[in-house]
Amino acid sequence: MIEVEGLTKRYGTKTAVDHLSFRVRPGMITGFLGPNGAGKSTTMRMMLDLDNPTSGTVRIDGRHYRDLDEPLKYIGALLDAKAMHGGRSAYNNLLCLAQSNRIPERRVGEVLELVGLTAVARKKSKGFSLGMGQRLGIASALLGDPEILMFDEPVNGLDPEGIHWIRNLMKALAAEGRTIFVSSHLMSEMALTADHLIVIGQGKLLADTSMADFIQQNSRSYVRLRSPQRERVRDVLHAHGFTAVEAGGGALEVDGATTERLGELAAENGLVLHELSSQRASLEEAFMRMTAGAVEYHAHGTDIHGGALAAPGPRWGATSEEA
Amino acid sequence: MTAPTPSPAPHSYVSPIPVRRAHLGDALASEWTKIRSLRSTMWTLGVMVLLMLGVGFGVALIVAAASEYPAENESALGMGFFGLLLGSICVMTLGVLTIASEYGTGMIRTTLTACPSRGRVLLAKAIVFFALVFTITTLTATVVAVAQVALVSGPEPTVDQWLRATVGAGLFLALTGLVSLAVGTLIRHSAGAITIMIGVMLMPLVAAMFMMAESLSGVRDWLLAYALPSQMIALYSSVPVEGASGPTGWDPVWIMLVLALGALGGAFAVLNSRDV
Repeated sequence: MIEVEGLTKRYGTKTAVDHLSFRVRPGMITGFLGPNGAGKSTTMRMMLDLDNPTSGTVRIDGRHYRDLDEPLKYIGALLDAKAMHGGRSAYNNLLCLAQSNRIPERRVGEVLELVGLTAVARKKSKGFSLGMGQRLGIASALLGDPEILMFDEPVNGLDPEGIHWIRNLMKALAAEGRTIFVSSHLMSEMALTADHLIVIGQGKLLADTSMADFIQQNSRSYVRLRSPQRERVRDVLHAHGFTAVEAGGGALEVDGATTERLGELAAENGLVLHELSSQRASLEEAFMRMTAGAVEYHAHGTDIHGGALAAPGPRWGATSEEA
Repeated sequence: MTAPTPSPAPHSYVSPIPVRRAHLGDALASEWTKIRSLRSTMWTLGVMVLLMLGVGFGVALIVAAASEYPAENESALGMGFFGLLLGSICVMTLGVLTIASEYGTGMIRTTLTACPSRGRVLLAKAIVFFALVFTITTLTATVVAVAQVALVSGPEPTVDQWLRATVGAGLFLALTGLVSLAVGTLIRHSAGAITIMIGVMLMPLVAAMFMMAESLSGVRDWLLAYALPSQMIALYSSVPVEGASGPTGWDPVWIMLVLALGALGGAFAVLNSRDV
């Protein structure tokens, strides 16, 4: 259990993290979501006592991080894959960490085996690919077999196989009753892994909710239809109080309608339909809508939010990297 | 915070690995693994040993061939100075790298996550570095001193002179290295910190050489007496290098001890309060 209370970090006049309070509970994956520059990494660094908060506290199982003598036994963290000395072998990088926390040396071999780096254990970590570096970082987080695990953007730069591996690893770790706290700027990734969601924008808490509730509340549902008699369809819909919006590919999108109702209307008026389907807007869109006012770095010249909302169909896995 | 949240899992994970309380000894083991597993340690210390041996033997052979005393009433031990001067550059470099390379690679975040006590990390680094450098420089200086006294004829050194040329030289270099380690902690940047240390080493002497004005003679004499190379000469000498009040005998070691403790104290204060 991690308890964050009134956490604030100011750099001069700029407030990076603004009175953030939340709890990370055991036995589930808590997603920490926010656009780039929202303050996710700053929050995580303060949780690990690397950065000093301007005000507020973080408690790990009721204790301050600096009071932990062997913190790796309680909390493991992957901050960024490059937080190792490249001139040292993977094995020695882990060994010096294990020794500082009195973790038996055999554990180094165990975690290297677990992340699949046994074959390159004696190689300098400088030559590792991004994926291997990420695996080494995860090995260091798992070294003390801790109850709490924190991952900062763990899937960044990984290939699909690596992403799949990390997802399954996090799920397996949560199923053992561990507390998993994982940050991301990709809603689609969170939707696949997280049970609980904490959303921040410009350092402020925007949502603290279960994933199921978030999906329930935030995905717009609409009906999509295609017809060779598009103009007549529009007139009929309009006459019955529905607003049809043009979507790409000759399709129409109708808010606040059911497929049953529109199907019946079409039959009554003798209209030919080529498609009639119920759609849900993607969570990515919901997330962008929520953080629209809180995006740190806007891409100029493109109306990304309006554009995304008007775009049809679910966009699972779409990666809308900004700026 | 208003939205309903799932109730916490009935159990949390308990690791089968027992928690054993970690202390300074564990931090020392960790730092020892770090310093021995880097090639830069082998390079800097290896180059230092080669320079001290090469220059020490070379100077002794040249002087022996010319069959002249190195200096009036001074034993051959004084020739150890040249090797010490060159060795100090290597030690300064290693001292800076011991901590600044952790900042350069990002390892420092991992280190301080694993051991949040800044004092324990800095102390462990200082102890391991000091012990390693002291051992190697003392052994090398001893080999050089024995060879020089054997090769060059001159007055037989006293026990105190022997100690200063061996243990004293080792202490002086290791303490100089600790100052570098502290500067590396403060600067967090390898190249910058090494430049500062080499400047501190050489600039006072160079500046003093060009202080021609009479009004500056006080400053000049002080710089000439207390510059790091002068202190190294004083370590071997029984009379001050410049003026009557300069350091002699064991003084340089005490001066460096005070400097090292002060610098490490400052480094600790900054490390403890600064964001990583």
